[in-house]
Amino acid sequence: MSALLEVSELRAAYGAVRVLHGVDFSVNEGEVVVILGANGAGKTTTLRAICGMVDAHGRVAFAGRAVLGRKPEQIAAAGVAHVPQGRGTIVDLTVVDNLRIGAYSRRDKEVDTDIERWFSVFPRLGERSGQQAGSMSGGEQQMLAIARAMMARPKLVLLDEPSLGLAPIVTQMLFRTLGDLNRDDGVSMLVVEQNANLALGIATRGYVLETGTIVTSGSAEDLAGNDEVRRAYLGI
Amino acid sequence: MSLFLTQLMNGIGNGAVYASLALALVLIYRTTGILNFAQGEMALYSTYLFWYFTDRGMPVVVAILLTMVLSFIGGAAIERVVLRPVENSSPLVLVIVTIGMFLALNSIVQVQFGADIKTNLPRAYPKHVWRPGDVQISADTLVLVGVLIVVCFVLYLLFQHTKLGLAFRAVSSNPESSRLVGVPAGRMLMLGWALAAALGALAGCLIIPTIGLQASSMQSILVFSFAAAALGGFDSPLGAVVGGLIVGVAQSLTTQYIKSLSDIVLIVPFGLILVVLMVRPQGLFGTRRVERV
Repeated sequence: MSALLEVSELRAAYGAVRVLHGVDFSVNEGEVVVILGANGAGKTTTLRAICGMVDAHGRVAFAGRAVLGRKPEQIAAAGVAHVPQGRGTIVDLTVVDNLRIGAYSRRDKEVDTDIERWFSVFPRLGERSGQQAGSMSGGEQQMLAIARAMMARPKLVLLDEPSLGLAPIVTQMLFRTLGDLNRDDGVSMLVVEQNANLALGIATRGYVLETGTIVTSGSAEDLAGNDEVRRAYLGI
Repeated sequence: MSLFLTQLMNGIGNGAVYASLALALVLIYRTTGILNFAQGEMALYSTYLFWYFTDRGMPVVVAILLTMVLSFIGGAAIERVVLRPVENSSPLVLVIVTIGMFLALNSIVQVQFGADIKTNLPRAYPKHVWRPGDVQISADTLVLVGVLIVVCFVLYLLFQHTKLGLAFRAVSSNPESSRLVGVPAGRMLMLGWALAAALGALAGCLIIPTIGLQASSMQSILVFSFAAAALGGFDSPLGAVVGGLIVGVAQSLTTQYIKSLSDIVLIVPFGLILVVLMVRPQGLFGTRRVERV
């Protein structure tokens, strides 16, 4: 297995406030990697640094090429899709236009076929294809955000708190779908999540981030069995 | 009655010009959130280029097209060079930048082309007035309305039926998410300014020959266009067109029927802006966002 995403010595700050103090981790091809951590640990900043939305230092290599310092649209075109926190659907566009824009970097002719595919994976989106994205419920918008990310046919999907603000039953369904996508399509994923139970359920490996530093790492089973992790993030 | 209809037609003709410029304002507002106070002076500069070309013997239609192409490039350049460095500044800073451009462009045309009135602008079409019944319909009105219809149709095709248009709408709505799916947001902002500049150039080339070209030619037109955009809603292209026509008609009817106002025509747009802001701040067609979280 080769590392699809290799992050080393990642440092980032907002003004004088340092958020990441040298973070190291990697995602191998075909893996789902989860980053656990409390509010303010730097999880979102880590994802935003990878996709070029915040200034950061250190080294981020995607598919063997350094991407730090490149523009978000270039990193996206290289095959990194990002489902941002709060979903980031384009609220003024219809559902189907959101999916179309997801395929912006593609040059092939199979965009419509893919749209049909995501309508079958998420039937609710198909029913609402002509509706403005902003008028849908939180769960539907999260499905749309994931489908839109997948429209790019990415090699790696970054998911930032996909369960945030959703009903437990919707969250479970989403994670089941994410697990299926990873298994069937071989899409690698980097998931940042507070709901550690669900996230570790689909993950291969995980890292624990505390105030800008990785403090623990291991396989999903090890982390789920780790007493400290259980106390802090699994609420057991 | 025929007087009323004649004035109505005149108003629609003027309204078509306001609508074109209001569309330009909307294009820029939707992409960059900026009220472009320099829109009129950008069109003014374009019209001086048009005058320069035709003064040297270029055929009128060719000169208009060339002017639009150069304005398109110029508009993109303005976004890239003048606005990009301050794009994340406060709205106040952005307004000041566009007002600065207004003053700069206004001075530049006077230095570059002279401060005298240019009266020798050629018209793209013959002067003619039709008289069905007692109503008078001038060729100006027909051409201006015809051009507006064509412009609207072209913009509609561009925005609703092309990938570029979809990307443009996506960036207008949510630049960050658009960049995350690979849309080059910066280039879309340049496109907005470029289209606005070309649209302003077209409006200028058509209307200014009927009123004479000097440094102040576009100023009152811009005020009417702002009123049109405020009335229709700054984020609505449809609103810009409807607003433009309403303002044009309101202007021509007011000056016809209320003699005391005929010397202070600008009271019409300012009055409209005031009423709209008090009663329906988002404009007739503007959207108050419906968004669930």
